[in-house]
Amino acid sequence: MAEPGKAPVLQAAGLRKEFGELIAVDDVSFDLPSGRSLAIVGESGSGKTTIARMIVGLERPTSGTITACGHDRSQPAHSTRDRRQRGREVQIVFQDPYTSLDPRQNAEATIDEVLKLHHGWPADRRRARTAELIDLVGLDTRQSRALPRSLSGGQRQRIAIARALAAQPDILILDESVAALDVSIQAQVLNLLADIRDQTHVSYILISHDLAVVRQLTDEAIVLHRGKVVERGPTAQVLDDPQHPYTQRLRASVPRPGWKPRRRGQPGTGEENGVP
Amino acid sequence: MSDPAAVAALGSPGAAASAPLLEVAGLSVLLEINGAKRPVLRDVSLTVRPGEAVGLVGESGSGKSMTARAIDRLLPRRAEVTGSIRFGGEDVNQLTGAGLRRYRNKVAMIFQDPRAHTNPVRRIGDFMTEALQANLAVSAPEARRRAVDMLAQVGIDDGAKRLGQYPHQMSGGMLQRVMIAAALLTKPRLLLADEPTTALDVTTQAEVMAILDGLRREFGLAMLFITHDLDLAAAICDRTAVMYAGQIVEIRASALLHDDPLHPYTAALAAARPDIEQTAHRLRAIPGRPLSAFEAPSQECAFAPRCPYATDICRAEVPALARLDSGVSRCARAHELRGQLGGAPGG
Repeated sequence: MAEPGKAPVLQAAGLRKEFGELIAVDDVSFDLPSGRSLAIVGESGSGKTTIARMIVGLERPTSGTITACGHDRSQPAHSTRDRRQRGREVQIVFQDPYTSLDPRQNAEATIDEVLKLHHGWPADRRRARTAELIDLVGLDTRQSRALPRSLSGGQRQRIAIARALAAQPDILILDESVAALDVSIQAQVLNLLADIRDQTHVSYILISHDLAVVRQLTDEAIVLHRGKVVERGPTAQVLDDPQHPYTQRLRASVPRPGWKPRRRGQPGTGEENGVP
Repeated sequence: MSDPAAVAALGSPGAAASAPLLEVAGLSVLLEINGAKRPVLRDVSLTVRPGEAVGLVGESGSGKSMTARAIDRLLPRRAEVTGSIRFGGEDVNQLTGAGLRRYRNKVAMIFQDPRAHTNPVRRIGDFMTEALQANLAVSAPEARRRAVDMLAQVGIDDGAKRLGQYPHQMSGGMLQRVMIAAALLTKPRLLLADEPTTALDVTTQAEVMAILDGLRREFGLAMLFITHDLDLAAAICDRTAVMYAGQIVEIRASALLHDDPLHPYTAALAAARPDIEQTAHRLRAIPGRPLSAFEAPSQECAFAPRCPYATDICRAEVPALARLDSGVSRCARAHELRGQLGGAPGG
C-alpha cells in the first residue's frame, strides 16, 4: 500500500457522466491523498453514487479521467488481469447489507473466495488471514460461520467491510455504508472504520448525506448539487462555516436541539423537480 | 405505581389541565411468529392530550411502529392484545364496522414510504377524495375542491392538475406532502406519523416537517410522531417517549431529553450519535445490538445486558415505569443515577 503523505492515491479530473439528456455528473475533480478520507456530500440526484460507480468501474465516464494508484481507469478493463488489478486498488461497501451478500455463503467462505481470487494464497494462509479479518471487524466464530439471514444488519455490514478489505485495497469507497444502521450499531461501525484506517493506512471515500457521519470520519469534503461541486474544503471548515447557499441550507436542515424547521419561499417549484 | 392509567399520565406537565385525547394503558401485544406466540409490546402506557405532539423514539424492533399500528387497529388478525386504548373516552379495541371507520377518520396515519401506501395505477385525486366521499358522504366536486385547497396548504399550488396525476409523476417529497394533505382532509384530531420523513433528503425533510408542524398547530391537531431520530423528535414534540425491546423506558419533556435523560438507554442513544459540531476521538457505542421484545430478558430490565450501569438489582425483576422529576423512567437505579447520565460531550 502507498505511504501516507505521498502523491494522491486517487485523482478525478473533469469527470462528466451523461444519461441521455441528463447530465448526472458535471465537471467534477478531486484528489484523495493517501491515507486520508474524503467525503462526497449530496442528496438524491446530486451525482454522488454515479461518481462512486464510475470509480469502481460500474459506469463509464462520458469524459474526464480517473486515476487510482497511478493507473488510469476511465476506460473499461481489457483483461481479467487488469480487472483484478483494479479490484486490488479500489473496493466498495454498499448501503444495504441485506442485498450485498450472497445468501448462501457464510463470512468465512465469502472472504476466502476473495483471498483466493486476488492473492492466490494456499489454504492455510487464507485461513489465517480470514481469521484476522473476522477478528478485525469484530465478529465471533459463530457469526463467521452463520449464513447472512441469521445475522443482523450491523453484523452483515461488518462482513461486507471484511470482504472489501480482503482484497487489500488502497482505497475503500463507503457508499452510505452506515446509513441503514441503527444509531447504536452505526457508532460501532464508525469506530471500526476509524480503527481500520489507523491500522492499515487505507484511504476512504465516504459518500453520504449525513453531515454528522461526515464530520466523524473525514478530513476533506466536497459538496455536490445537481452533479456539480458547489463547495470543497476541510470537513470542519465546510460544516462550521459553509459558504455556498446550498451547503448553508443543507447545514440548516439538520435537526438539532432548539431547531425549528422552516418552509422555503415558494415550495412546489425548483428543488422538487430534482433528479430522482 | 400499579394503576397503568396513572402511570400513563405521568411525565405530562399540567396533566390535570385537559383530559387525554388518546390514552394507552398497560398495552401488551403478542404476535404469532413461526408458530410461536411472541411478545412485541410489553406494558406500554402513554397519553396524548388534544393538540399535543408526543414523540416515540427507538431503534429497530423497539415496538414504536407496532404501537402506532395497535392504536390504529392495524395489527394482524391473530394478534393477542391486552391492556386498553381509549380515544376520547371510547374503547378502541371494541370498535367494529361503522364505529371503526368513524374512528379512523379521527385518527389519520402517515407512513414512511408514501409509494408503498398509494396505489400506482390510481390517480392522486381518487386517492385523496375516497375517504371523504365514501365515509363522510361529501359530493365528488366538493371533495375535489377541498383536496385542491388542502394541497395548497401543503405548498402544492397546481392542485387541480396534480389530482389528475399518478404517484410516479411526483418526487418522494411531493408525494409525502400529498399524503399529509390527504390525511388532513377528514379533519382528524390525532395524526399518527410513522417515520414520515425518514426516506426523504435532509432539505426535503426540513420542508415537510415545517409543513406538518405548521398545519398541526393551525388545526389544533394532536400528533404521535414516530422516529429513530432523537434530535428530530426533540425539535418537533412537546414530550418524547423512548422505547426499547417493546417497552417504554422513559417519557420526558423533549427539551430535557438530550441533556438530562432519566434512563441509561436514552443517554446511551444520545451519546452514540456522531456530533455535527465536533469530531469525537471515539464514539460511545452501545455494546451488543438492539433487541426485540421477544429476544430481550423478560424477568429483568430488558436493557441490563447492554447497560454500563447494570447491577444485581437490575437483574432481580422488571423495573416499573416510575415517576422521577418531571418525567417517568423504567430504571431500577434511576434515583441513584440522577444527574450522572446526560450532557457529557462525545470524545
